[in-house]
Amino acid sequence: MQLLLSGLANGCIYGLLALGFVLIYKASEQLNFAQGDMMMFGAFLTITFVNNEWFGWPFLPGLLAAMVIMGTITYMMDKYLFRHIFGQPQFAMVILTIALGFVIRFVAGVIWGHEPTAINTPLAGKQVEFGGLVLGADDLSVIIVTFFLTIVLYLFFSRTKLGLAMQACSQNQLAAYYMGIPVKRVFSFVWALAGVLAAIAGVLFASKGTIDPASGLLGIKAFAAAVIGGFGSLPGALLGGLIVGIVEPFAARYLAPGFSQIAPYGIMIIVLIFAPNGLFAQMQNKKV
Amino acid sequence: MRFQFKTSYNDDINIFKNRYHVFWYALLGAGLFALPFVLGDYYVAQAIFILIFAIAGVGLMMLVGHTGLVSLGHAAFLAVGAYTTINLEKLGVPFLIALPLAGIFTGLFGAFIAIPVLRLIGIYLAIATMALSIIIEDIIVMAGPITGGVQGLSVDSIKLLGDWVSSDIFTVDLYASPYKFYFLCLFVAVLVTLLTINLLRSSTGRAFHAIRDSEVSARAMGINVARYKTLSFGISCFITGLAGGLLAHYLGHINHEAFLILTSIELLMILVIGGMGSVHGAFFGAFVFGMLPLTVTVLIETFGAPLGINSATFPGLSTGIFAAILVGFILFEPYGVNGMWLKIRTYFALFPLYRKDMFKRQKTYLKTERMR
Repeated sequence: MQLLLSGLANGCIYGLLALGFVLIYKASEQLNFAQGDMMMFGAFLTITFVNNEWFGWPFLPGLLAAMVIMGTITYMMDKYLFRHIFGQPQFAMVILTIALGFVIRFVAGVIWGHEPTAINTPLAGKQVEFGGLVLGADDLSVIIVTFFLTIVLYLFFSRTKLGLAMQACSQNQLAAYYMGIPVKRVFSFVWALAGVLAAIAGVLFASKGTIDPASGLLGIKAFAAAVIGGFGSLPGALLGGLIVGIVEPFAARYLAPGFSQIAPYGIMIIVLIFAPNGLFAQMQNKKV
Repeated sequence: MRFQFKTSYNDDINIFKNRYHVFWYALLGAGLFALPFVLGDYYVAQAIFILIFAIAGVGLMMLVGHTGLVSLGHAAFLAVGAYTTINLEKLGVPFLIALPLAGIFTGLFGAFIAIPVLRLIGIYLAIATMALSIIIEDIIVMAGPITGGVQGLSVDSIKLLGDWVSSDIFTVDLYASPYKFYFLCLFVAVLVTLLTINLLRSSTGRAFHAIRDSEVSARAMGINVARYKTLSFGISCFITGLAGGLLAHYLGHINHEAFLILTSIELLMILVIGGMGSVHGAFFGAFVFGMLPLTVTVLIETFGAPLGINSATFPGLSTGIFAAILVGFILFEPYGVNGMWLKIRTYFALFPLYRKDMFKRQKTYLKTERMR
């Protein structure tokens, strides 16, 4: 049970990252391989504002500032970089975001160095007793924030005008444009949203331990989560993240060493083979 | 300006278009042959590295550039090729037999992997192969008896004919005789390139291109899509396996760290920088990839000294620059170095008539493959 809970908290981080993938996929049908690195960058920004050796602000304003900056950066990224390959095949975007991830990791390494850094949070070290189970306050906050964000984003996509506009853009860019949707601005906005989400995920991840520039590679694991859940579905992303997060500690405990590393990817391949579009499929056969 | 009049059907598919073409390639061949006699040992080793990655690039290009299947997991096949070669050699099989055998084994392995994986389309395929690469990484660590586990295996120098003929002439070592290693790699590279371009001008190659351009219409033309995709995957893995065997001997000591997911990504980056969909691209890309760290180091040592910067100030600088260059290429020159080369060549071939818009991309809009 304790394993389950710790897995749950880890899974929520993966889920949050996967939400970032899904968000961008839902709106622009592009994959953002740099999500993990964006997360890392957001966490370091927060560290800059919050930690005492830098600015030493209180936690919440620092987090807010990091979120705003991350959002602005990703907005600009879309406006000035991704616009050039607007409408090109998905593959171009994959390579572009992978390369951007490398660049972000390099920049972070230059600014903040390569040592693991911890973040000052008000929650660190506190624990919550919960029917005989001990749960760190940081774990609890991760779980709560993740579920809250998933619900908000889900409602956003299904209820608000902007959310529906995003879905329209993803299905047919030209038709969406004819319907009077400012496609370009919608894309930039969704990127900004993904940036904000990445910052939150980064802070939550850093609050559970330390963070260094190579943490961006965590994005690959979150990717497995997004695939398991199915790319088009927000609750699916969360579920996928939870599955990955829960499987890991159990595989580490009950299987031979080495398997816990590959268990998430094993599941992912099985899901891909038997349900190629994820557990919450949103796809139909392509028609000509 | 030069016109090419085609007077027979073969003119369309000949390897060399005309006599000038033959001349330039003969010149290139002579240059490559003379290279180890001109350059120092260090640069010859660099050239070997470039050649090995060019071979792997040609293999991956077959899949990504010509068949349109994106693989983010080719380091896995590099690893299979490397470990198969080494283990066969440990069993006493001479290198000249072990390398092709390793290639064939990797090809079969790839084709076997391809059967379930190729049911996936587009981006999902890239993800599945990426997972494969990660899994292989861990399998290398776990499969101790074959791979030596975390410590890895140390690799002896190449004995071309094994223990059958134990003469120094047939022993190839990176440090003792780099030029021999260079010629070995050059030989494999030329062989692989000829194989690729010959394949691409046959009906098989045209089927690959048809699948790349539109799977649905390829099927409508009577191409067995599944079979050709598997074939493409197999050949691609075969070539990558050969590169893996050479890479093992180049590195001298291999463990799982030589075949990380990053290697897979770098291989794909080589293709994008070089130029998608052309055999030239693999070579151009490998050249940029191989020369960049050296160039960056030299530049920093030269210009950074007054500023108090040396190559240790920014770890990973060349990777960062490589990625930044890649971003620039995707945004402004999607056909990579090869595209630049084509533009320059066309400019001179059509001298006064070249227009800027000749290579302009068509505007496209994405339509979803995902419907509600």
